[in-house]
Amino acid sequence: MSLATTNSVAEIRARNKELIEEVLKVYPEKTAKRRAKHLNVHQAGKSDCGVKSNIKSIPGVMTIRGCAYAGSKGVVWGPIKDMVHISHGPVGCGQYSWGSRRNYYVGTTGIDSFVTLQFTSDFQEKDIVFGGDKKLDKILDEIQELFPLNNGITIQSECPVGLIGDDIEAVSRAKSKEYGGKTIVPVRCEGFRGVSQSLGHHIANDAVRDWIFGHIEAEGKPKFEPTPYDVAIIGDYNIGGDAWSSRILLEEMGLRVIAQWSGDGSLAELEATPKAKLNILHCYRSMNYISRHMEEKFGIPWCEYNFFGPSKIADSLRRIAGYFDDEIKEGAERVIEKYQPLVDAVIAKYRPRLEGKTVMLYVGGLRPRHVIGAYEDLGMDVIGTGYEFGHNDDYQRTAQHYVKDSTLIYDDVNGYEFERFVEKLQPDLVGSGIKEKYVFQKMSVPFRQMHSWDYSGPYHGYDGFAIFARDMDMAVNSPIWKRTKAPWKEAPSAKLQAAE
Amino acid sequence: MPQSAEHVLDHVELFRGPEYQQMLAKKKIFENPRDPAEVERIKEWTKTAEYREKNFAREALAVNPAKACQPLGAVFASVGFERTLPFVHGSQGCVAYYRSHLSRHFKEPSSCVSSSMTEDAAVFGGLNNMTDGLANSYKMYKPKMIAVSTTCMAEVIGDDLNAFIKTSKEKGSVPADFDVPFAHTPAFVGSHVTGYDNALKGILEHFWDGKAGTAPKLERKPNGAINIIGGFDGYTVGNLREIKRILELMGIQHTVLADNSEVFDTPTDGEFRMYDGGTTLKDAANAIHAKATISMQQWCTEKTLSFAAEHGQDVLSFNYPVGLSATDDFIVALSRISGKEIPEQLARERGRLVDAIADSSAHVHGKKFAIYGDPDLCYGLAAFLLELGAEPTHVLSTNGNKAWQEKMQALLASSPFGQGCQVYPGRDLWHMRSLLFTEPVDFLIGNTYGKYLERDTATPLIRIGFPIFDRHHHHRSPIWGYQGGLNVLVKILDKIFDEIDNKTNILGKTDYSFDIIR
Repeated sequence: MSLATTNSVAEIRARNKELIEEVLKVYPEKTAKRRAKHLNVHQAGKSDCGVKSNIKSIPGVMTIRGCAYAGSKGVVWGPIKDMVHISHGPVGCGQYSWGSRRNYYVGTTGIDSFVTLQFTSDFQEKDIVFGGDKKLDKILDEIQELFPLNNGITIQSECPVGLIGDDIEAVSRAKSKEYGGKTIVPVRCEGFRGVSQSLGHHIANDAVRDWIFGHIEAEGKPKFEPTPYDVAIIGDYNIGGDAWSSRILLEEMGLRVIAQWSGDGSLAELEATPKAKLNILHCYRSMNYISRHMEEKFGIPWCEYNFFGPSKIADSLRRIAGYFDDEIKEGAERVIEKYQPLVDAVIAKYRPRLEGKTVMLYVGGLRPRHVIGAYEDLGMDVIGTGYEFGHNDDYQRTAQHYVKDSTLIYDDVNGYEFERFVEKLQPDLVGSGIKEKYVFQKMSVPFRQMHSWDYSGPYHGYDGFAIFARDMDMAVNSPIWKRTKAPWKEAPSAKLQAAE
Repeated sequence: MPQSAEHVLDHVELFRGPEYQQMLAKKKIFENPRDPAEVERIKEWTKTAEYREKNFAREALAVNPAKACQPLGAVFASVGFERTLPFVHGSQGCVAYYRSHLSRHFKEPSSCVSSSMTEDAAVFGGLNNMTDGLANSYKMYKPKMIAVSTTCMAEVIGDDLNAFIKTSKEKGSVPADFDVPFAHTPAFVGSHVTGYDNALKGILEHFWDGKAGTAPKLERKPNGAINIIGGFDGYTVGNLREIKRILELMGIQHTVLADNSEVFDTPTDGEFRMYDGGTTLKDAANAIHAKATISMQQWCTEKTLSFAAEHGQDVLSFNYPVGLSATDDFIVALSRISGKEIPEQLARERGRLVDAIADSSAHVHGKKFAIYGDPDLCYGLAAFLLELGAEPTHVLSTNGNKAWQEKMQALLASSPFGQGCQVYPGRDLWHMRSLLFTEPVDFLIGNTYGKYLERDTATPLIRIGFPIFDRHHHHRSPIWGYQGGLNVLVKILDKIFDEIDNKTNILGKTDYSFDIIR
């Protein structure tokens, strides 16, 4: 039992407020004022979490955020498997994001699929001085020659491209024409644009709108016969196979998934999506833009869902079924019933080991709220959460549907703040990213990466929930956490007991 | 249903059952997939000499390059100084990438800040970002030094670090006498090894040459000490510790510059040490008085060594010394420069490595190897293979230049085992793929990304290099020194024996050779 659950809500609120005040003391005055707006304690009944968000990070504080390129190449476009994605600019961006996001796909890599290849224009000084358009032109030729089965190409701009005045749109148009209308998509996701990955998602969504939807013929036919039960999965990047363990449930309830955006997705699936009867949206943050666009332009409704943990999965299956006829509604009930024994067995096994354990989260798009239900299904208590690049609509959803009264909220948290919060609250588990993992493990606090699933997964769907439960248990209950102090050193402190 | 609470299946096995396989097969119709026969035809075509020729004719596109960008090397060097916070001026996403990259390799925290420049800074310059950033970092993280480098954004718009730091100090971001060395590290020049060089030179220049005009230049008073520079090295933890052990055995007064062997290997005991170990700032300054500066990696330290030489020091560089002869050269040089005798202990360690090579070389002799990696690492590994009687066949370094190529060729020409070897500067791993198909070898040595080549070409991969993401803790053991050479030998032998076992383990078919003694 950790310190954090031993007090009343009022006491927790007071302690969290005090903690925020204490943390802010480290800053120069101007910075303290700015950071104060991003930290708060959730008050039940409020429409949002009471924090500002989607604002520029402060220099020098060690923000955990990334950039627009990461949001476009790394998140939205990169998983589209049959297209070549060029990291256009110097070598680093593509190198550091090469294969690290675990967007699973099935294909013959290097021949008809390209997700785990690092294509880059590897800018040199002369490209900066004379511009990179000619090089880009040649790169597109070389890709066509050496990778002839690619179904399209995207150009993911790195910082210099937008600073040196390159016209990648003109190159794209000209080369597309030269190659008989080939899909070539220029994406203006230079890293200095916007305040985080988030603008990169938006820019990437707009590029789909303009360069994919804008180019398919009105009469364009999908290469399959439409049915009334066609849906598209939007905003699932198939990390560790998440989209697959989701798709299987949708198909078992009688729906047909005609596209995955974008994990294990293909250009044909993007192009066919306007034929869907419903778009179901998992990561709202990164793909609400294109969902809204399809609603306006093609009249396709969209609904958010959450496939983490059995409670939210059942709610979501019913919500999705609500858009269809009784056959699908019965299908949803059938699926829920089918998996109930698995859910019961997982909870019977793991809940006693995890009951009452506290969790602090800090992740990206949807997970700071979406995974809370899965923890609660295991009897765990999320006592702090925050978004790397959330907007106010994320905090509204969090406040209205997920977090408990007095939860500590931290937007665009930085290394210093996060360490202090964890040090004081001593959760039994922290769920965040690779940059945070080893910091907290050094502090003897169990940790799971909640971007990459710590190389495990999938975590979506019923199959994923079993893995999620297993993984949280192996982190929290690893025997090593009881052995981090040398026996001849002083008795374990309160914080260590809390970690046990 | 494949899943159960008793035996939880994750991604490794979950998707292999009929439920998921049928689902994935049905998904195909929506993918507009290529004709499988065509996929097969192209796959086979990519293995041909014709494809290789087209592949090597590439002028613009890089596919799977084996190099990173300058600031990564700058960050790596900077954390090797006492309580030093690396501060990268430019877009913030870059810093998230360096930190992730280093953490994935070392399985350790990696602390570094960004000045978080955005569109307005692109237009007006990043002075305010520098001023605010230094003030915040200084107050929050209480560093003893902030080492500034740049992303390509700041370089393209032409931000002047020297002027910006001066102005920031005038505005009170950090005290006037607080150490803020800097280096311009454009990502579109060189690679991470260049960034290492620039950052280290920037730090030494700061201490030796009057702290950007704010202090008198140091006057060199030569002593008998030796400076050691490791260079960018994925094995920095094990290697620098081994070098220090050797120097202490020999009783040589020394300073390891950019000593990040502690910060990338802190204990788990309840405390997070954001800073740990590192060359003290005092030692960094006093390093000017050393008799000599020795670099373990020539191409990581070209500017830094010239700088030390300009200050009157003897300078000497090695090329990632691995194995017997290279370690001999290193030890003998240490003895010559310091005037210290080589202790019997090192002779015994040497003898043990010779012993191990003699015991096992029959298994390595004549085996063909492809190697890729940073220029010095390639050189060091090739030299070791030659002395094992192995035959390096392809040596490829994306960040190797013409001078490197010439030096590599001279090394290969010096041995009968190097006669069949070609050297490839500036090439990438897609080129290597063609090489492995058209001129196959027995083993491949490289970093984690070599596993894609292993999968495609069935060339067994021996993981030595940076980054290694998918095997744990190897960076903690040295591969320098006689003991390090032994570690490399064992890595190579283990893979060779595993391969023989894998080829001979079919019951009743090939297992007559499944020997119990090898």
